[in-house]
Amino acid sequence: MKKLLLASAIAAVASTGAFAEDIKIGVILGFTGPLETITPGMRDGAELAIKEVNDAGTLLGGSTVESVRADSTCIDSGAATAAAERLITSDKVAAIMGADCSGVTGAILANVAVPNGIVMISPSATSPGLSDAEDNGLFFRTSPSDARQGVVLANMLMERDMKSVALTYTNNDYGKGLADSFQSAFEEAGGTVTISAAHEDGKADYSAEVGALASAGGDVLVVAGYVDQGGKGVIQAALDAGAFDTFVLPDGMYGDSLIEAIGSDLNGTFGLVPGSDSAGGETFREMAKEAGFDGTSSYTGESYDAAALMLLAMAAAGSSDSNVFKDKVMDVANAPGEKINPGELAKAIEILQSGGEVDYVGATAVELIGPGESAGTFREYEVKDGDFATIGFR
Amino acid sequence: MEPLNALVAFSNYVLIPGASYGAQLALGALGVTLIYGILRFSNFAHGDTMAFGTVATILFTWLFQGWGLHLGPLPTALLALPFGIATTAVLLLGTDRVVYRFYRRRKAAPVILVIVSVGVMFVMNGLVRVVLSVGAVFLAPEGQQDTRGTDDVNFADGARFIINARQFKDMTGLDEGLAIRATTAITLVAAGIAVGVLFWFLNRTRTGKSMRAFSDNEDLALLSGINPERVVMVTWLIVAALATTAGVLYGLDKSFRAFTYFQLLLPIFAAAIVGGLGSPLGAVAGGFVIAFSEVTVTYAFKKVLGYLAPGGWEPDGLVQLMSTDYKFAVSFAILIVVLLFRPTGLFRGKSV
Repeated sequence: MKKLLLASAIAAVASTGAFAEDIKIGVILGFTGPLETITPGMRDGAELAIKEVNDAGTLLGGSTVESVRADSTCIDSGAATAAAERLITSDKVAAIMGADCSGVTGAILANVAVPNGIVMISPSATSPGLSDAEDNGLFFRTSPSDARQGVVLANMLMERDMKSVALTYTNNDYGKGLADSFQSAFEEAGGTVTISAAHEDGKADYSAEVGALASAGGDVLVVAGYVDQGGKGVIQAALDAGAFDTFVLPDGMYGDSLIEAIGSDLNGTFGLVPGSDSAGGETFREMAKEAGFDGTSSYTGESYDAAALMLLAMAAAGSSDSNVFKDKVMDVANAPGEKINPGELAKAIEILQSGGEVDYVGATAVELIGPGESAGTFREYEVKDGDFATIGFR
Repeated sequence: MEPLNALVAFSNYVLIPGASYGAQLALGALGVTLIYGILRFSNFAHGDTMAFGTVATILFTWLFQGWGLHLGPLPTALLALPFGIATTAVLLLGTDRVVYRFYRRRKAAPVILVIVSVGVMFVMNGLVRVVLSVGAVFLAPEGQQDTRGTDDVNFADGARFIINARQFKDMTGLDEGLAIRATTAITLVAAGIAVGVLFWFLNRTRTGKSMRAFSDNEDLALLSGINPERVVMVTWLIVAALATTAGVLYGLDKSFRAFTYFQLLLPIFAAAIVGGLGSPLGAVAGGFVIAFSEVTVTYAFKKVLGYLAPGGWEPDGLVQLMSTDYKFAVSFAILIVVLLFRPTGLFRGKSV
């Protein structure tokens, strides 16, 4: 009898334990390496969401969430894989917030997350290659793929009825990837790319490149380059030769130095730069300020959203098992449902655990598309009277 | 009108850029060829000598701009050019005294001098960036003070265009525009003057003749009482003038970056070798051959042929022999062909 009582007592403890557990979230970012200046802010963003959920204390019957940090190094796939391995086997994390750079993110995903069936949400990996990585539905990102910008640019040109463009890109992975994604999106929409030519950065003279671009012709010239590098040189040379008057500029070309160097000759030129006008961003920056870090630093909002999304997905699924809650991430992020801004995680958990639906907006107006990546929001601008003027957001 | 449009498009994208680039290369190649002829080695530091000369001129330009000195429509850099040349001359004579003279006295083989010049190149490359970034702190106009020696440096002022594409179209009613930049015209005029003065000096003056004698046969020249150290000194002075002028014109016409002059080394050497090392006339011809080959081979002739072809025969493709990425490959290819089939170059210079 005693034994039976004891056994049932243990069973009772164990079953409540299943509800109120200690959930560990791996935060794997490049605390050393080329991104070491921005990763502390990203970590603080993610941990802000975790703290908010803990303060509410309602997740999965009062579970507490704990973050376990690890170093992705940003560039060393071997070290990143080992660190992620440690998070899963010895720290037993339920999910991974990270990694930051595209290369190590791909390595962790393929070598650790997929074999162990652990959900991974990256705040900042933007390589288009990750869109079709083998992920068993475990991988998400709260930043848009670089390819996304090409699609948005193509739409912008189509809306302005510009059907024929010349295209030049800086000769590296960023430029080539962006140029390819733009070209395929633009041609699919019925446009023509008359020429797609690379330019090298750091040269003094771009007249030969401009000669080829001008010969191919087009309504406008799309310059997928860097503002302080070859991109500016190409624009200057094209204006000097009278080859093109109007330029279309992706994010790498946004900068005051372009206006300073060229000025009102740029009038009519338009382009995109990541950015949103969502109220969530403002709220998040205030929350960050209160918590003692800089919410305007790169990818802090995306990091908050990444951590928040995985916790809300757990609430929606009623489980912290990656293989169960992975299907809920998209549902939580997108409509229909009650819109959730930063600071409203407690409300979201309540709605989800009572069977309702939420549409997580968060700090960066998250909308997940395709294989679970952010659609991204971009600020569209045009140069008017020698200055950048915001036209709208898309 | 169609043939006219074709001609204008061709001039705008091939003829004019090719001519100014050719003149800049010719000035550079003249310096290389003089050093090869008289000091008997290929000077790898020449690109960075050009960069140093340009930086010196830029600093003087900023100084003069600060004083409010201007040349009206002409760039202030032309006023600063003589001071830049003088500074570069001091540097080159100093380098000769400290480095090259030691090896010359030991009658070192040319290949050793070439390697020495590579060392000088690295030192000069660093020097250029130090001088530029330190000088910028004191002299540069607002906004350029914190240049790190790797950024674009803008020092051109004065009128930008003699005629720009839009004005040309309005004036002629043609579909194609023709832009002539002020710096292009200045390049051609300045290069013409420099080459003229150099040839006059080499052919008509006593010092010039002694230099040519020294180049033709060192021993005979020494026997006839020519002072070798003096010939060497005059050579460095002329090289300083040529390199600084070439560098400043290139920087005015295109843009200045400390690293890009190093990349100019290949086309400059190609020009000097194609023309015939040691032959000044060859260097000038070689400069234009290389420049026009680079520009025509990488130009897409679609537009020009589109104007010339009878209706319906316009080309669909770009009609481009080689993508612009491979621009430098053109000078390489010409270099190899010349070395294989005519190692003395077009004007019978020295065989390498």
